[in-house]
Amino acid sequence: MAEAAANSRPQHRRAPLPASLIWGGVLLTVILALAIAGPSLSPYDLDALQLDMRLMPPSAVHWLGTDEFGRDVLSRVLNGAQSSLLMGFGATAVSLLFGVPLGLVAGYYRGWADEAIMRAVDVMISLPPIILGLLILSVTSPSLWKTVLAVGFVYIPIITRLTRGITLEVASEEYIQAARARVEGGWYILFHEILPNAWPPIIVESALRVTFAMLLAAALSFLGLGVQPPASDWGLMIAEARPFINSAPWIACSAGAALCVTVIAINLVGDGLREALDPRLARRR
Amino acid sequence: MAGYVLKRLLSIALTMAVMSVLIFWITQVMPGNVAYMILGDFASPQDVATLEAKLGLNDPAYVQYLRWATGLLQGDLGRSLVMDRPIAPVLWDAVGKSAILAGISIGLVALLGISLGVYAGVRHGRISDHIVSVATYINIAIPEFLWAIVIVMLFAGYLNWFPATGYSDLSSGFASWARHLILPVFTLVTGLIAHISRLTRSSMIDTMQTQYVRAARARGLPEKLVIRRHALPNALLPTITILAIDVGIMMGGIVVVETIFSYPGLGRLLMFAIQNMDVPLLQACMMVITFVYAAANLIADLLYAFLNPKVRYGRSSSE
Repeated sequence: MAEAAANSRPQHRRAPLPASLIWGGVLLTVILALAIAGPSLSPYDLDALQLDMRLMPPSAVHWLGTDEFGRDVLSRVLNGAQSSLLMGFGATAVSLLFGVPLGLVAGYYRGWADEAIMRAVDVMISLPPIILGLLILSVTSPSLWKTVLAVGFVYIPIITRLTRGITLEVASEEYIQAARARVEGGWYILFHEILPNAWPPIIVESALRVTFAMLLAAALSFLGLGVQPPASDWGLMIAEARPFINSAPWIACSAGAALCVTVIAINLVGDGLREALDPRLARRR
Repeated sequence: MAGYVLKRLLSIALTMAVMSVLIFWITQVMPGNVAYMILGDFASPQDVATLEAKLGLNDPAYVQYLRWATGLLQGDLGRSLVMDRPIAPVLWDAVGKSAILAGISIGLVALLGISLGVYAGVRHGRISDHIVSVATYINIAIPEFLWAIVIVMLFAGYLNWFPATGYSDLSSGFASWARHLILPVFTLVTGLIAHISRLTRSSMIDTMQTQYVRAARARGLPEKLVIRRHALPNALLPTITILAIDVGIMMGGIVVVETIFSYPGLGRLLMFAIQNMDVPLLQACMMVITFVYAAANLIADLLYAFLNPKVRYGRSSSE
């Protein structure tokens, strides 16, 4: 179907941007803007306790109500955006930083390096992501940065595998043979010849990784091993609101809705990027 | 085939061995002073010395590891520090309860997820396909812990249909047992049904466009027969691997779901071990989870190879 569309399109004209990329992009821009402006936009001080205003339902004064300490939920949700986005993008950056070079080396040099890297990958994926995250975080005192590192670490194998697969494909191309014939150095070939041709699928995968990372980090915070109170983080807010879910559902629902909308926005961008950059992958969905 | 099975078994044994070193290293060696972590920062030096001697923490790391690993191989999982009793009975009881939860869930996921995916894939581009697609898209964005809380709020809080937490033994009546299981199972399966139906759908769409399906149609076979005999067996092959991945996702989900529903299974035991710094219990839980996940992947790989001899030598797949 996508093939037919590609053939009927004039070759020289650029394809229009996919709708999901536009919608997702707009949504994500708004979220990013809110995250950056959050602290100055929030109507109340984050940690301002108003013990006479505990668990108030949404009203004109507190648009999203208050939590069990009388803190303004809207302010905390707005500020939680930074923490969630930071964890999603930060963790993905960590896994790219390690995963891409490892995948390039494994796919290009093959031999013992490939064997060693892929065996390590096999071991790392022998635990489900959230369990591996718990294992890493179980023995340290939790903090935001440790969560970012742990979540990033969990997703290194996926990026490594993906990069290795693409590298294998690209390395057999003629221009790589040509670069080898020119006796270019290994690093030059890896980062100037292979990487520029391998990045579209990596970008697409990273976009989707951001949401996985964000949800995993939120789950870890929810379980008490991520961001710690009194920080405003969506996962943590939902955990804190759990005992009051029936008397004050607005706390968990506000934080939860913010998390879901953000994830959907990034997923839309990811799917749009996939369509725009990698039609071969897009057809399979 | 025998060679392939042997190769996979060996690779799993190797992975388990490396993982055991990793688990041991992270939980016992790396944190520095386990005794202080257990007793708190203000523990008296005598208490710390007593505990260190009791745990054998003064031995070199490799001696500690070998002692632990030989124990594991002999079926000795050690003693829980917090509960102060052997881990094995507690752990197997929890594993059994989790197996009930996971078994029912994975069965439902396979049945409903695949049916839904096939249904949407066959009706590719029609309104029912779009509804399934949008529903699965939204579902993927909802984290399990949020979904669980919403379900508790609706069905246990407002409607008061089912108990919000706990587990009731089968011996105290089927109805009570089932009522306690419904909400955790419902939470676990919805996300995974979305996952597997989305992938089954795309696999089905691909298969419906292949030459052999066209050939079957050209021969004038009724559409039902084309789908059931020609498209379905090929479209379902990749879902075997996906089901194994889902077992992994479910083991993560079980930690969250059991915590929220206070369900006395492996996931809650793991969280108990982490929260109380019960290192031996934590290690035992991690090893069991590694083993179960490896076994699920092995079964999926063997099933896949058995059904499709073309792909006998592939890497095991995950995520």
